[in-house]
Amino acid sequence: MRKIVLVALVLFSGVLFAARLFYLQIYDASSDSLSQNSAIKVMYDYPQRGYMFDRNNKLLVSNQPSYDVMVIPKDVKPLDTLEFCGLLKITKEEFKEILRKARVYSPRLPSVVLPQLNKADYASLSEKMYKYQGFYIQRRSLREYQVNHSSNVMGYIAEVNNAIIEKNPYYQMGELIGTAGVEKEYEDVLRGIKGVKYIQRDRFNRDIGPYKDGIFDTLPERGNDIQLTIDATLQKYGEELMIHKRGGIVAIEPETGEILALITAPSYDPSLLVGRDRSKNFTKLWYDTIGKPLYDRVLMGEYPPGSPFKTLTALVGLQEKVVDTLDKFYCYHGYRYGNRILGCHNHPTPLAMVGGIANSCNAYFCNVYKRIIDKYPTPQEGIDAWRKDLMSFGLGDFLGYDLPSGKRGNIPTSKYYNKIHDFPAHNWNTLATISNAIGQGEVLLTPMQMANFTAAIANRGYYYTPHIIKNIIGPDTIPKKFKEKHYTAIDQENFKPVIEGMYQVYERGTASSIKVPGIAVCGKTGTAENFTKINGKRVQLTDHSIFVAFAPKDNPKIAIAVFVENGYWGSRWAGRIAGLMIEKYLKGEITRTDMEKYVLEGSLEAEYAKPYSGQPFSINH
Amino acid sequence: MAVNKSYVRFDWLMIFMYIALVSMGWINIYSASLSDAAKGFFDFDQIYGKQMIWIGLSVIIIIFVLAIESKFYERFASIIYIASLASLVGLFIFGKTIAGATSWYDFGGISIQPSEFVKATTALALAKYVSDIQTNMQDLKNQIVAFIILALPAILIILQPDPGSALIYAAFVFPLYREGLHGVYLLLGLFAVMLFISTLAFGAVWAAVGVILLAGIHFYRNRKKRPNIIKYVLIVTTCVAFAFSVSYIFNNVFKQHHRDRFNIVLGKEVDARGIGYNTHQSEIAISNGGWLGKGWTQGTQTKGNFVPEQHTDYIFSTVGEEWGFLGSMIVVLLFVGLITRIIYRAEKQKNQFGRVYGYSVAAILFFHFFVNIGMVTGIFPTVGIPLPFFSYGGSALWGFTILLFIFVKLDGSNYYYA
Repeated sequence: MRKIVLVALVLFSGVLFAARLFYLQIYDASSDSLSQNSAIKVMYDYPQRGYMFDRNNKLLVSNQPSYDVMVIPKDVKPLDTLEFCGLLKITKEEFKEILRKARVYSPRLPSVVLPQLNKADYASLSEKMYKYQGFYIQRRSLREYQVNHSSNVMGYIAEVNNAIIEKNPYYQMGELIGTAGVEKEYEDVLRGIKGVKYIQRDRFNRDIGPYKDGIFDTLPERGNDIQLTIDATLQKYGEELMIHKRGGIVAIEPETGEILALITAPSYDPSLLVGRDRSKNFTKLWYDTIGKPLYDRVLMGEYPPGSPFKTLTALVGLQEKVVDTLDKFYCYHGYRYGNRILGCHNHPTPLAMVGGIANSCNAYFCNVYKRIIDKYPTPQEGIDAWRKDLMSFGLGDFLGYDLPSGKRGNIPTSKYYNKIHDFPAHNWNTLATISNAIGQGEVLLTPMQMANFTAAIANRGYYYTPHIIKNIIGPDTIPKKFKEKHYTAIDQENFKPVIEGMYQVYERGTASSIKVPGIAVCGKTGTAENFTKINGKRVQLTDHSIFVAFAPKDNPKIAIAVFVENGYWGSRWAGRIAGLMIEKYLKGEITRTDMEKYVLEGSLEAEYAKPYSGQPFSINH
Repeated sequence: MAVNKSYVRFDWLMIFMYIALVSMGWINIYSASLSDAAKGFFDFDQIYGKQMIWIGLSVIIIIFVLAIESKFYERFASIIYIASLASLVGLFIFGKTIAGATSWYDFGGISIQPSEFVKATTALALAKYVSDIQTNMQDLKNQIVAFIILALPAILIILQPDPGSALIYAAFVFPLYREGLHGVYLLLGLFAVMLFISTLAFGAVWAAVGVILLAGIHFYRNRKKRPNIIKYVLIVTTCVAFAFSVSYIFNNVFKQHHRDRFNIVLGKEVDARGIGYNTHQSEIAISNGGWLGKGWTQGTQTKGNFVPEQHTDYIFSTVGEEWGFLGSMIVVLLFVGLITRIIYRAEKQKNQFGRVYGYSVAAILFFHFFVNIGMVTGIFPTVGIPLPFFSYGGSALWGFTILLFIFVKLDGSNYYYA
């Protein structure tokens, strides 16, 4: 015992130190990275963000220099607060609060005191900065918008928040990141790579030269420019047409899937979200919960598609071989089932497929739909077969386009109906879902999905995933997935009668009053009932005005979907806007200037005020 | 026939480990003290250059120590001891004050710290006394004499004041224990050191609360054995009295500069950066090392001089940063190896004098090693004592060298007596 006590203690201390060293050096090596090292000052050099161009190489957004006042709280020495606040144009209380927050975030890492100074403010401040230890000015590059449209497409950049920093260590407090639209989707392409310099410091925070002679330092790498598929002229025109209306327009080039225009209304000027008033403006847009300018209606809005959906009913009917193009159905001012009626408007009857589409006969499509579902032994199987055909148009799921927001829409499954009807306790049949035939009921589509199925019809059976990227300049590439054809479940020959029907919509059908001179347009009007709750009561609002179209009929160059919320009926607003957009795109000028004037000056603001003013809604019967 | 061979049978393993530690120490002192003004390895204006001189002189000292007849150390132990005590007393008259402590003689620019040598002389004196045929460590009278031999230098050093160096004398409890001192003293000594440090670190009241709590827990756990409560009260009262008298002496008898020294050693230095700054910086530096370290002279914390006293007490943080886990472990293993080797050789001694001395050397080295690396890696509170053979400083290096090589000599001559 007396011989081993000291030896045991020596060996024990060896093990103890080995464990402690292992813990410090290997296990808990969190403080190992250069940026966490208090002996190393990290300086960043921010690259220029990539520019965006439209499909015709028109510059949409470039950059301007901007200056952020930054602080490293632990380096702050007592200062003349009043003078400094005067220079920064903020109050002493605000300044103290900013400093407190910076200290809470990190005493060692830089935080923003005041973002985005302009050149004049920067000039007056920079010569006094030497007085304020711990503060410095960081040069950054800010967006400068060359256009006042496309804000929903381009998106915006914003300061990173803590959640992003935790997820992605590339970003530091005060840095900017694309948070919406193309800026977000193509952040990695646009932002470039920031340069970094490591400076060795001694314990008094004096710089004593580059760390390891700068072997870890990097130069900033400028972001890549990108070319969008947007046609700036068409986009601007579309936004003008949508002024004082709510809804959106999506135009796609069917042969490539390129998005020519993506308009949501109301929108805002992208320049509002740049500079010192950014936060004020953003708050204003954010809290506009009625117009919702930041809400992209064409990507996020799930609407009942209404009558344009009938073209799909017809296509599925033909594909399932339950109807022949010559089969005629009677319309008894609607479709009668049991003791109920799904109403229709006045038109010749009976009608075959072309006439049915041209006149948008509800009864015709209810019959076709019932045959589709009833082809299968149970309505469950019928609904799922019907759904499968529709899914091949990219409906009921995210389309896979390159913008960061979107919704699935809804193409109901048999499960869905089983649930709402409490199957098998209660049975349900085809007629319970009959509204689907005419794009009402449970069916919901985003305007983007409507444009996409229109493009698929224009292509007679296939579509490309819609996309906003035309080219990444430099590597000259776009993702491969945008060059793959997606075939629908419908055979090519089945498109012919449907397209003829859509052509006849203009010739003698529901859009005959809004023909586009000199262009063979195929279209389909839509008038969708919609409801909301006002003070807890379900209220039917004025119908939505919907229109889908493509042109020219042969070799189509543009497929378009227009949605105007509460726009009375299809041809009243959406049809006119679609026609004007098509003419603008194909001819470059408008022949029917009276119609253009009507749309440009027309306003639905009074309609949108009705839920608040209590005036009655005008419902089509 | 064995006579001729006896003089060359030094324990080369010990000597090799000594050389390894001293060389590694210099390499790290070089890195920790490197500055822009340096003009190469042999710039004697620089700290590392001076250390080079101390190492060179150590070689001469080693030759002297080994050349002297080993009987000399035993025979003259008392005289050497008394002379060294005189050198400590002389400090109060001729001493030079550095950082508040009057621990130095100034010989024209070269400062000598006698307390570094007194460790060796005390070890000799203790070995001599204990190995006396009439001395029995179980006898209270002998215990008191042994205690006085240790207490005299310790008290003189505390008065300098250099409490860190004085603390080392607690290490002598190990050789005494080996020679028959009751195990209670080992625990008592350990407990007294802990109580002393915690009284100064946290204050007498908290130390007393700690003692009472500990006694309470012990009593509660042994309650079934019906322990004698009076014993507990006596022990607790003694401890509390000890804590309060330490506190009283510290606050009322000592002058402010004495207190400052204690506070520096205990890391309570009144510093804008606050308590724990040294240890924190040292831990950061060591963490930076990872598996293999940043490479010689490449440590960021070392270069930026973030760790105070890095070339002296905190030299091990440089090892940690620049040589990583691997290098640190090599140093730790060298110390463990050297100390266990000394104990092994001490047990092999044919005479009690050599054994007691060897144990004293092992205990002193172990105490330094344990307290220093424990402090640098942040396991223990700050107690400012150097890492043997590693830390910068001529007196310390020579002190440890003499301490070790007297034993090498005794050990080597052992065969002679056989």
